[in-house]
Amino acid sequence: MMNRMREYLLRHRSLDIVLRLTAIAIVLPLLAATPIFGAFQPFNGWLTGFANAAIFVMLAIGLNIVVGKAGLLDLGFAAFFAIGAYTYAFGASAYSGNDIPFWLMLPIGAIVTAIFGVAIGAPTLRLRGDYLAIVTLGFGEIIPNVLLNSDKYTLGTNGISGLNRPELPIIGAFKSNEPWPWFILAVVLIGLIMIAADRISFSRIGRAWEAIREDELAAASNGINTVTFKLLAFAIGASTAGIAGAFLASKLSFVSPDQFKFSVSVTVLSMLVLGGIGNLWGAAIGAFLLYFVQSILLKQLNEGFKGVPVLGEIDFLQLQYLLFGLALVIMMLRRPGGLFPERRVARHRPGASKQ
Amino acid sequence: MVSPLAWAKRNSVLLWVAAVAIAFFLAVPPVQFVNALTLGAIYALIALGYTMVYGIVELINFAHGDVFMLGTFVSLSVLIDLMGVTGPITNPLQLTAVLIFILAVTMILMGAVGFLIEKLAYRPLRNAPKLAPLITAIGVSFILQNIVQLWKGPYKTNFPQFFPMDAALMFGSVRIGLINVLVIAVALILMIALQLFITRSKTGRAMRATALDPTAAALMGVNIDATISRTFVIGAAIAGAGSVMFGLYLGITDFSIGFIAGLKAFTAAVVGGIGNTLGAALGAFTIGFTEVGATVAGFSRWKDAIVFILLVAFLTFRPNGILGSDSSDRA
Repeated sequence: MMNRMREYLLRHRSLDIVLRLTAIAIVLPLLAATPIFGAFQPFNGWLTGFANAAIFVMLAIGLNIVVGKAGLLDLGFAAFFAIGAYTYAFGASAYSGNDIPFWLMLPIGAIVTAIFGVAIGAPTLRLRGDYLAIVTLGFGEIIPNVLLNSDKYTLGTNGISGLNRPELPIIGAFKSNEPWPWFILAVVLIGLIMIAADRISFSRIGRAWEAIREDELAAASNGINTVTFKLLAFAIGASTAGIAGAFLASKLSFVSPDQFKFSVSVTVLSMLVLGGIGNLWGAAIGAFLLYFVQSILLKQLNEGFKGVPVLGEIDFLQLQYLLFGLALVIMMLRRPGGLFPERRVARHRPGASKQ
Repeated sequence: MVSPLAWAKRNSVLLWVAAVAIAFFLAVPPVQFVNALTLGAIYALIALGYTMVYGIVELINFAHGDVFMLGTFVSLSVLIDLMGVTGPITNPLQLTAVLIFILAVTMILMGAVGFLIEKLAYRPLRNAPKLAPLITAIGVSFILQNIVQLWKGPYKTNFPQFFPMDAALMFGSVRIGLINVLVIAVALILMIALQLFITRSKTGRAMRATALDPTAAALMGVNIDATISRTFVIGAAIAGAGSVMFGLYLGITDFSIGFIAGLKAFTAAVVGGIGNTLGAALGAFTIGFTEVGATVAGFSRWKDAIVFILLVAFLTFRPNGILGSDSSDRA
């Protein structure tokens, strides 16, 4: 029975994702309601935390397509995140006067960021892969810089506040102090993004990406248009960041250039490297874990070691980026596949398992 | 009979330099011209490390900008903690001694840092997939930034102004600060020394051989590991000299300067033709002119963005840089 179910799910990958996410969406709130979790922060705090972690999960899945699947190093992922968030701010806030519903802003944000992805990718993707890394690095630095300096449109360092929140027919507009709708929305969005990412990865496009990643020359000589497929990976990854940006903007109801600094790009990359480059679930779990290391564990270490000599004087929150840097280097040297390395599974086609 | 086009192609460097210099000289006051040269000299010292490392191992060493940043703090510490310099030094002999000492110590220390980074972070990954050393490099860059932040705090730190900033040389009616002359001279001397080292010395020849074909070089008895290691040491040491000059000239530093400085220096390397040491210098002066030009034109807030656009434009239209076609000069 178990075996047949496992086989069935291997063939129906989208259903597999839905079932797993549903299980996670049920277990996480139950866990948060236990006294052990309650000792760290109240239930609602956990639920909000899960929804915030979801933003990083989306980013990690998007970056996984670019870095993990197609093997292109994008060091400015936060820039696309920023573009998504600011697109939302321009499309749905009292400041801009536009009032496009959240549900429409999601695809708009995805499309706008994808266009930026193509614009920045097109000149560089024709060249050697490592040029892309430096151009995206620059792009990641320039976008917050531009947002900061175009204060006529973006209000500069003050940021834009009072962004619209999502609305649904029965429950009305989402509220910042009611975490449940956000949590469920986050799970649904992750589900959609995961299914899309998974389907693309197991299609002709995904196979082309892997071929390019492993050996670009061989891929090209087998008839793969490497530029088109690299551009596609870059645009799809960027659009995922755009969706995450729109979600963040609507959740906080506020955007400012500070939220999209270079450290965000490195954080997401660390999540991916920790979880397992190329592995969809690895990326998601890496993002989830690292988010809570960042937001709960380091804070707790500060509290826990208060008064203890030496350890009590270390500010663990200040150490976090040092730890991320170390994690990148050590993982690359010792466990380049991450905690959950990408598995090479034989593709299951109808009938293939009967042989 | 040489056709003008062929002549122009062969001497494209000369034409480029002349065009930029003349255009700039006509557009801005002489003081700004000298400022652009000075800024370019500092970028050149950083860009050399990028271009040498890229030439030899084809790795964008993202940590290089932060090695430069670390250098500013190391030279600051040497100045204050080791030598107790806090105020102006007026005795010319003493001033020269202090300058030579701080340059030497910073360059040696930064060379050691370059050696360690290569040995610990890059060498184990020499045969790993391309992505691995790039990710490690960004990790090292982040580690350096945060170590400095823990060590010195996240604030801007001032350098002790021991160099007489108002001393100047007069060329007719044009007044050129002694500091500008010093920075440009140090950069030129180091660049010439490096060029001689690469073209004349045995190690230099090994570096050129490794850049062209590591396997063939190894078969000819070149110690590849040692050669690559030396390249990192030299690049980091020259960046260290850049740090000292940066501290003297701009007088202020903080833990985050490496990022933008590194990006600009890399742009310089690309503009000049990556892997080409002479090109890196040319590219750096181009960046210096671009930046000062932007400031003079009233776009100082946008100068980082303008340099970035220059990078993208070069990658789009001339990915081999100004000198890129001349690959025999790679080292």
